[in-house]
Amino acid sequence: MSGSDGPVDVMTVLLAMAALTLVLRLAGFWMMAHVPLTGRVRRMLEALPGSVIMATVLPVAVKGGPVTMLAVAAALAVMILRRNDFLAVATGMAVAAGLRAFGVG
Amino acid sequence: MTPPNHPDPLPPFSFAAFRAGARAMLPAQPGLIAFALVVGALAAQQGFSAIEALWMSAFVYAGMAQLITLQMWPADLTAAAAASLILVTTIVNLRFLLLSAAMRPWFGGLPSWQSYPMLTINTDAGYLVSMRYRAAGGNDFGFFLGGAMITWLIWVLATLPGYLLGAAIGAPQRFGFDVVMPAFFAAMLVPMWRGRSRALPWVVSGLVALAVDWLIDGYWFLIAGAIAGSIAGGLQHERE
Repeated sequence: MSGSDGPVDVMTVLLAMAALTLVLRLAGFWMMAHVPLTGRVRRMLEALPGSVIMATVLPVAVKGGPVTMLAVAAALAVMILRRNDFLAVATGMAVAAGLRAFGVG
Repeated sequence: MTPPNHPDPLPPFSFAAFRAGARAMLPAQPGLIAFALVVGALAAQQGFSAIEALWMSAFVYAGMAQLITLQMWPADLTAAAAASLILVTTIVNLRFLLLSAAMRPWFGGLPSWQSYPMLTINTDAGYLVSMRYRAAGGNDFGFFLGGAMITWLIWVLATLPGYLLGAAIGAPQRFGFDVVMPAFFAAMLVPMWRGRSRALPWVVSGLVALAVDWLIDGYWFLIAGAIAGSIAGGLQHERE
């Protein structure tokens, strides 16, 4: 990958992703023996998963237009009411497919 | 947490705890299977071979990072695109530092050749179940290993039917397949809800992501939003 714009092999990228993820999986354990995590770093890491999700979903939903936004809202509502991942995603898909079948979006 | 240089106790291992650990993960399995199906299907849609999809699930083994990178996987994998995929993976998986650090008081007394291999299959769900077990006085590391191994196995196995399903669906939009990722992620926020103050960083992240998406092309919105949310979390006052 030395600056060239040629295509990169999928497996090469997957290998790099796996290696970095592995390092992160081991590094926290190693660090704790040497430097304990401060409260601030801990809070930053705790806020990360939800922030990643929000940063992913919100722009995708807005760009997707009313169909995507309604589908996401439906999935969210089902999850709040039933706490069931399968049902939530299936409802979201059904709402999107249904709206499009009626010519929306 | 145990202070550094203080020798951690040596935890025991039993197969009874191994089985109990695997059983404790059962309530998480339907959600995990749904997640793996989505990841497998998306990999197929993006033109991955079955081997590549399974390899990713087995060795990257990080659902959130897999789902996001697959969603943004470019048709033309240039060096720059590859670098941004790797950067996104790193940022999404930074949280593993925390999950990994939390295992120190439990596994710190074990020899490295036992503790580090176990940590290679540490997950969010495994961490939560383990912390509950520890809070109840549990100390047997078979419990962790049982839960972690069954979770890894189910994740990898469930990727395959997802892949076959994804390959069978031709036009993703007609079946609403394009909303699977946002719908699934939105649903994931529900069990993560810990009150408004904990959700404040999410709002910051969402707003920054929207603004950056409007200003800059590509997937920088994701990185900017995640980092902004994380900083917001760090700036909040200590909670209990």
